[in-house]
Amino acid sequence: MTQFLSLLLNGISLGAIYALIALGFVVIFKASEVVSFTQGSLLLLGAYAIARLSDPLGFYLAALVGIAITALAAFVIERLIINRLRGAPVISLAIVTIGVDIILLTELIRRIGSDILNVPHPWGGDSVQIGDVGISENRLIAIIVAGLLIALFFLAFKFSSWGVAMRASAEDGETAALMGIRLGRVSALAWVVAGILTGVAALFLVGSPTPGVSPSAYTVALRAFPAAILGGLDSTGGALVGGLLIGVAESLAAGYQDDLLFLGRGFGDVVPYIVMIAVLLVRPSGLFGTRELTRV
Amino acid sequence: MSESTATATATRGATRRAGRTAPAPRRSYLRPLLLAVALLVLLALPLYVEEFWLRTGFAVAGAIVGAIGLNLLVGTTGQLSLAHAFFLAVGAVTYTFVAGESGGIGLADLRGLGWPPLVGMVAGVLLAGLAGLLFSPIAARLRGIYLGVASLALVFIGQHVLNSWTQVTGGFNGRSTPEFSLFGFTFGNTDPDLFVLEVPFREAERLWYLGLALALAAYVFARNLLRSRPGRALETLRDSEVAASVMGVNVQRYKGRVFLVSSMYAGLSGVMYALSIGSIAPESFGLELSVLYLAMIVLGGLGSVGGAALGALFVSALPLVFQRYADALPLVGGAGEGGLAPGEAARYLFGLAIILVVLFQPTGLAGLAARFRRRGRDPGGGPADRSASATSDSTTSVPSDPPAQGSTS
Repeated sequence: MTQFLSLLLNGISLGAIYALIALGFVVIFKASEVVSFTQGSLLLLGAYAIARLSDPLGFYLAALVGIAITALAAFVIERLIINRLRGAPVISLAIVTIGVDIILLTELIRRIGSDILNVPHPWGGDSVQIGDVGISENRLIAIIVAGLLIALFFLAFKFSSWGVAMRASAEDGETAALMGIRLGRVSALAWVVAGILTGVAALFLVGSPTPGVSPSAYTVALRAFPAAILGGLDSTGGALVGGLLIGVAESLAAGYQDDLLFLGRGFGDVVPYIVMIAVLLVRPSGLFGTRELTRV
Repeated sequence: MSESTATATATRGATRRAGRTAPAPRRSYLRPLLLAVALLVLLALPLYVEEFWLRTGFAVAGAIVGAIGLNLLVGTTGQLSLAHAFFLAVGAVTYTFVAGESGGIGLADLRGLGWPPLVGMVAGVLLAGLAGLLFSPIAARLRGIYLGVASLALVFIGQHVLNSWTQVTGGFNGRSTPEFSLFGFTFGNTDPDLFVLEVPFREAERLWYLGLALALAAYVFARNLLRSRPGRALETLRDSEVAASVMGVNVQRYKGRVFLVSSMYAGLSGVMYALSIGSIAPESFGLELSVLYLAMIVLGGLGSVGGAALGALFVSALPLVFQRYADALPLVGGAGEGGLAPGEAARYLFGLAIILVVLFQPTGLAGLAARFRRRGRDPGGGPADRSASATSDSTTSVPSDPPAQGSTS
């Protein structure tokens, strides 16, 4: 039972990180109809920047600057490329983000090389005991920060003028534009928000129990895809649920690996995808996604 | 009414309309002639060219087959798929398993059926198709972008299986691919020894012809498919699913079938890939491969068979050429030197090319070629545009020609 609770808690912490990334996907998709494949390399960019800057700047400043760099990169991508392609087919938009991803990822992998860069979190690799259940301090802080950030996001989404503008333009872009909402600005802001969320996710993803910044962080970020999809690409609440679901499933599968050995080693890494396929079989638009209805 | 008569009337109409301005018939002789010359050159190439280029040629042929298959799915039907690497892996592994011998290398205990390689190749294609068919219930239900992301799953699940199912796949280290042979004629270095015009025909030369034949067959099949009723149906489906179903196209079934065809292409491409590298290893079939195939068809031009072939040539040959001429190129350096590694340089180029193509030339290389061809044929500009619009008019009128009610069959 203790093991189960521990795995559950760790799964939730991992899920909170996934939820941050998945929320980024969803915000971008809602605002600009783009399925962004750049999130993985943006995450790696954030992690790399934080790791490299924390030596000269100190951890907290480096974290801020790293998150800002990630947001800036997302902003530049939106302004330079996505903004010019307004109205292009969804597939072209997705493909263009793959192009950006190739370039960014190649450059980062080249810079990182085979090193594992260390991010000196002030809380280090300590772990906390809550009753019998242990969790690394980094992951516990991740849950708290992610929870606060997500709550803040939902409040802003609901009440701020940006949130209203964004929901309006997602509902009906043309009408929103006629009402004086600047779609370009909404989309740019959405990318910035996604960049910030991704940067924060990067900050915690590379801390204990993960050894540090290495190209494998990219594959981890990709698992936020299933999270976003299974919640429904256009549902912010779905991203949260999807992230937690994926995180817990992965953590449990990895924890009970010895009982699942007939499925091969490292089965936990594929569980997110299997869960996603299972959900999509039943609900093709994800758990909370709006079903596209067409009237003829 | 058969399709050939439909296209015949269409071309006749086009020439009649264009005939006023440009002498169209002359070109119709030039084109087959050029094709024949190109084919002859390709056939004679092994007599003159060194082994590196022939091996690259075979790799390109494999990529062409795969790219044409992906293009049918993504370009023609508008279904984004990142799972291509998975289907390639299915083909490659099936071939290696069916044609390979049992036996252990070191600790690994490998199984193999030891059947004729031709059977292995056919099995590879069929099994990849079967895998596509199994996935198609999901694929057919999902709309474009959901499919793209869901198909990611196949790549990672495939990676996991490749790493874990050691007896068949060789596990993490992979296993070597058996030589191809056709009714006793091996595509290896010897057995039988073969000399043509005193040039020794060894593995590279033999594979070159194999690749040429397979790539040509794949090309012709796809061209014919696109010009037939299913091809039209697929294009309609891409443009509007609602319109397609109103016209009597069974959307689910067509989506499933195109997935089947595309994954069979991928299976064949996987077999060729395994033959060209000489071994299979999990890391060859990662997400990166899927992305490269996507790069091929985007650069070549979505929806164009010839474009896919061009894109495949560009994307698959470039890293190899970079590698070979690393010393002669600026910026590109060998490993450990200051410059970029050849693979990295190629990846930068692909990434940049994808962005530029989507931004400025959405029809890709194929569209570029068509534009130059039009300009070269008629420097005047104005009439050329008119004849182009005439041909496009006539091609769009073709699908509406036969009543579409029976197309669900």
